[in-house]
Amino acid sequence: MKTTNTVLPTEERLASQIGEAEGPLELFARLAAENKLAIISLIVIFLFVLAAILSPVLTPYRFDEMDLSQRLKPPSAEHLLGTDEGGRDVLTRMLYGSRVSLLVGVVPTVLSMLLGAALGILAGYLGGWVDALLMRLADIMLAFPTMLLAMVIMYTLGDGLVNIFLALTLVNWASVSRIVRSETLKLRESEYVEAARSMGVSPMRIMLRHILPNCIPSLIVLFTLNIPSAILTESSLSFLGLGIQPPNASWGLMVNTGRQFLYTAPWISLAPSAAIMVIVLAFNFLGDGLRDVLDPHLKKS
Amino acid sequence: MIANIARRLGQALLVLLGVALAIFIMLRIIPGNAILTMMGEHADPVVIERMTAELGLNEPIPTQFLRYLHDAVTGDFGTSYSMHRSVRELMGAAFGNTLKLALAAAVFAWLLGIVSGIIAAVKKNGLLDRLFMGVSLFGVSMPVFMAAMLLQYVFAYQLHWVPISRVTDWRGFILPAIALGWNSAGSIARLTRSTLLEVLQEDYIDTARAKGRRQFGVLTRHALRNAMLPVLTMMAVQLSSMLSGAVICETIFSINGIGRLAVQAISGRDIPLLQGTILFSTALVILGNFVADSLYSVLDPRIRRGSEP
Repeated sequence: MKTTNTVLPTEERLASQIGEAEGPLELFARLAAENKLAIISLIVIFLFVLAAILSPVLTPYRFDEMDLSQRLKPPSAEHLLGTDEGGRDVLTRMLYGSRVSLLVGVVPTVLSMLLGAALGILAGYLGGWVDALLMRLADIMLAFPTMLLAMVIMYTLGDGLVNIFLALTLVNWASVSRIVRSETLKLRESEYVEAARSMGVSPMRIMLRHILPNCIPSLIVLFTLNIPSAILTESSLSFLGLGIQPPNASWGLMVNTGRQFLYTAPWISLAPSAAIMVIVLAFNFLGDGLRDVLDPHLKKS
Repeated sequence: MIANIARRLGQALLVLLGVALAIFIMLRIIPGNAILTMMGEHADPVVIERMTAELGLNEPIPTQFLRYLHDAVTGDFGTSYSMHRSVRELMGAAFGNTLKLALAAAVFAWLLGIVSGIIAAVKKNGLLDRLFMGVSLFGVSMPVFMAAMLLQYVFAYQLHWVPISRVTDWRGFILPAIALGWNSAGSIARLTRSTLLEVLQEDYIDTARAKGRRQFGVLTRHALRNAMLPVLTMMAVQLSSMLSGAVICETIFSINGIGRLAVQAISGRDIPLLQGTILFSTALVILGNFVADSLYSVLDPRIRRGSEP
């Protein structure tokens, strides 16, 4: 840095120059102005969350209450989406199933973002053998077809919600770390990181205070777009009988048990399928909208 | 270019080795005792001991790994416990079905995706554009099992256009191929549209127009050739998601393919079969990526003539 009369910029000031310091509200306003679909999707997601939380209040039935006299009843005023092979109310099971789907969408995605971001920044900033090792590891994880990798992990760990979290985290961290790494590589060469380095800021602090905050827009977009893929993977696993086990309700599991009644009672499996599609669609719209607003480089024509 | 391809081949082999190691760790080391997982906790100790010796699980782990690698390279994946046949034979029979399914799905997805993507780009913001992009988003968001079951319900059950399942001739592949390709068609359409729109803004397109080329000529000779490169890469990436989707699709339509074999391996707690199917599928994905990367460097003049991407 040249010696001039001006005061050297402090690290704090540098940091404040980087981010546009946009609050969530400004972001929301910009999203609302540019993309109505994204806002509608946000509302849909909010409704799903509300339904998941309030499911015991919203329905008079229990999700595991069998009533064999009410087997395979088509949709009616009493059972809005009909009943399944055990006489259980399909809508009730869907409401409870939304808890699983939302949890499975969010928890492993958060975990894989944390892991992926940490490893991606380390690999990108430190370079050398750390980078080589971590990226080869990511290559290996990415080579597996997602479903098959998730299946093997579930086989090894056994079924259950926590194991689904673990499996999906292991499946998803690699793509996050790849993207964060390439962002880090760009940021590492930027002037303010150079400046921070020349002022003797420790690598750890540079990674946390200067690189990570600049990755956050991409991370938000990735977060929104990885949730639907986690939901889809869980529903596929449960569909194959490797995820949530009965009598618990998960959309994928409902689709699976309803499959044998597809022709006589199609509502059992089509209703939860539709729910999966709606929530996945909503997250995809929201993610696309956020990407356009947050990440101009990725902006679609 | 040759050096470039050789380097990629080296990387692909390295990843394959890593994949083999990862599978080895997941299936043999982490569960603590692979035999117990397979036989259940109340199995006869004598049987457990015999099986342990048979699988070579009493040897030191490095020896086990080397032997497993040697077997995998020579194509010997052992004998399936649940089906009592050699894993290689089972996979050989299944691979043909998966290949047919994947090819049919790919042809469907690429035709539909590329054509609708081009139309959407040319008629940007028009009615067709909105329609295609809307439908493609549904495609991207619809789980394979939903597409499969909807198709079964409508075309096989309600309309009787095609047989429901368990059909061995080509007609049995129509619905599975659409169900499996639906997702990919959506993402290819979206990518074709966005890259084509980007390319159409380049200077050389203006040059071509200035030279008096017609719209169609500009599109086919200049724009599409360049716009197809990212699409090509996406197709290779989709091989992986197609294999994932094939697991579901084959299960629903009762097609005896690799994916269904993997599901059967899991329900039969059949480690040799599971190991074989996973290793084989992942090797296919690595091969697909390698071929796509190499094609990419052959097709893109910017990479072909020297400098690294």
